Amino acid sequence: MTDLHLLPISKNVVLEPIRKGFGRGLVGAGTINSNVVAACADLTESTQISLFKEKFPDRYIEIGVAEQNLVTVGSGLAAMGKIPFVSSYAAFSPGRNWEQIRTTICLNNVPVKIVGSHAGVSVGPDGATHQMLEDIALMRVLPNMVVIAPCDSIEAEKATIAMALDERPNYLRLAREATPIFTSKKTPFKIGQAQVFHEGIDVTIVSTGTMTYEALVAAEELKKHAISAEVVHMATIKPFDDKTLLKSVKKTNSVVIVEEGQINGGLGGAVAEFLGENYPIPMTRIGMRDSFGESGKVEELNDKFGLNAKQIVMSAIYIKDKKGASNAINTKTN
Amino acid sequence: MSGKYSIKDLEIISNDIREDIIKMLFEAGSGHSAGPLGLADIFTALYFDILKHDPTKPDWNERDILLLSNGHCVPVRYATMAHAGYFERKELMTLRKLGSRLQGHPERQRLPGLENTSGPLGCGLSQAAGMSLAMRMDKQTHRWIYVVLGDGEQDEGNVWEAAMLCSKYKLSNIIAITDRNNIQIDGPTESVMPLENLKDKWEAFGWHVIEINGNDIEAVIDACSMARAIREKPTMIIAHTIPGKGVDFMENDYRWHGMPPGLMDVAGDPPKAEQAKVALKELRTLGGKIKSEAHD
Ligand SMILES: Cc1ncc(C[n+]2csc(CCOP(=O)(O)OP(=O)(O)O)c2C)c(N)n1
Ligand SMILES: [Mg+2]
Repeated sequence: MTDLHLLPISKNVVLEPIRKGFGRGLVGAGTINSNVVAACADLTESTQISLFKEKFPDRYIEIGVAEQNLVTVGSGLAAMGKIPFVSSYAAFSPGRNWEQIRTTICLNNVPVKIVGSHAGVSVGPDGATHQMLEDIALMRVLPNMVVIAPCDSIEAEKATIAMALDERPNYLRLAREATPIFTSKKTPFKIGQAQVFHEGIDVTIVSTGTMTYEALVAAEELKKHAISAEVVHMATIKPFDDKTLLKSVKKTNSVVIVEEGQINGGLGGAVAEFLGENYPIPMTRIGMRDSFGESGKVEELNDKFGLNAKQIVMSAIYIKDKKGASNAINTKTN
Repeated sequence: MSGKYSIKDLEIISNDIREDIIKMLFEAGSGHSAGPLGLADIFTALYFDILKHDPTKPDWNERDILLLSNGHCVPVRYATMAHAGYFERKELMTLRKLGSRLQGHPERQRLPGLENTSGPLGCGLSQAAGMSLAMRMDKQTHRWIYVVLGDGEQDEGNVWEAAMLCSKYKLSNIIAITDRNNIQIDGPTESVMPLENLKDKWEAFGWHVIEINGNDIEAVIDACSMARAIREKPTMIIAHTIPGKGVDFMENDYRWHGMPPGLMDVAGDPPKAEQAKVALKELRTLGGKIKSEAHD
């Protein structure tokens, strides 16, 4: 396995919100390429696009609280050769302006970079209205759209720079809370490329966004249960890296999928669609099960909705047993 | 309803509501301060004078409807509802906590007396239009629909889509109130996205417009009674309010849009450990204008 330069899982892990990595990455992209421009809908600091605004005030446009306008202005900017990054909360963009994104960005096929911050239940006390859980599904079904959910602030920084070089419409999913930094500058990142962050043979855990750290914690814990888990981090949900997935599941023949969003249509949906058609194996999905979130502390909500390492461990044990059972049946009938 | 309380009584209630807003936000550790404090006088006027409602029968089918379009200001609604008798004041301290009926942004299905789920901005007036059109079909136009919306919120195109519709159908049982506090998240409204001339805009969209001091309870009551006399158009009351009203260090400062007292130090303001205390003291003494009295 190539060295991925991951930091060790430890109690002393440094925390940083992934949106900060986006902020830094955008300044970097703007420094390299003067066609990179930015616009926001009255949430500059929350989405960290404020860093770009300070550095390049002439290339920043304040749209006001108007997300439909935000992305359609983005479409116009892109048509003239700019590379616009447009940010708001994921609940509102792409939550509110989906059709505008569909027609003026995807069908029109211009490289607008939609940045949705504060995705997932981890906005905590703000409650269900602000906890965007459907964005992966919404963006994933759009032709031409690239969907990226980085796992930490370092990866978000790299993803942002890569997005500025990508010629397609992109969606970048960010979260509000400070979460562990566990990749490093040297960890490879490429749009469309999944990474095997932890090798194993018994069960594959496919994860995206900040849940990947939980998957790695779970993989360590599973060793105690004599289960060797492979963690496949899918930072890019679309285009879908079926090669890396298939290689892993051909080895493990069972899969747990985990994401901070609706399993219906989300990463869980993507993996289920692909494996259902190409390589059906025992599978279980972790994420929101057709319900909204609610107000509460982040840890309380993660616990309530099973969005943590504890749940991944339980699911991995369950799915490995199920694989055992189905193997037994297969051998009997053979 | 109407006249049960003197203006003086209402001012005292409004100030008590402000104190509860500070306490509940402090306890929650997150949430919005400026908007709710600025809206306390309007909500007091609504629940204690203007609205036809019954706290013991929240779904009474003759009640007036109050829609909160700028859902982030819901602490003022919760606090006013508690004072009006919808639920006990101690429940206010559950704001934003796991399992609470008082969600960070209002959810209709969780708490009787809420008429809409909001937070994502720009939708209240359209919901009002739908309700009003339904009432017309059901011959219920004697019921009033009040909608409170923010000023920054009016950056949303949805608001203006609703504005045209209400005007087209002459939905005169809709009385909208704009919290014209001149702030939004990124700064003063006029620098983020100029709204002026707001009165001309609403008039151009076919609305009757009344401009008032939204921190003057009597003016709020009078404006609503005037609005009820206008039957040929919907009415927009542009209520000029002071965001953070009653707490000197929060007043007119957009940085207090989305923060509770006690969360972080803010340049020029009391240190975070003191913010709630200073705020409560100022409210009790009305900014030092009266002597502090014993209070719960
Ligand atoms: C559709 C939507 N976009 C963005 C937001 C984030 N947001 C919450 S409040 C706010 C500012 C609104 O300004 P205003 O209505 O004037 O409220 P005030 O700051 O006066 O309380 C924004 C942008 C939101 N809640 N909904
Ligand atoms: Mg405002």
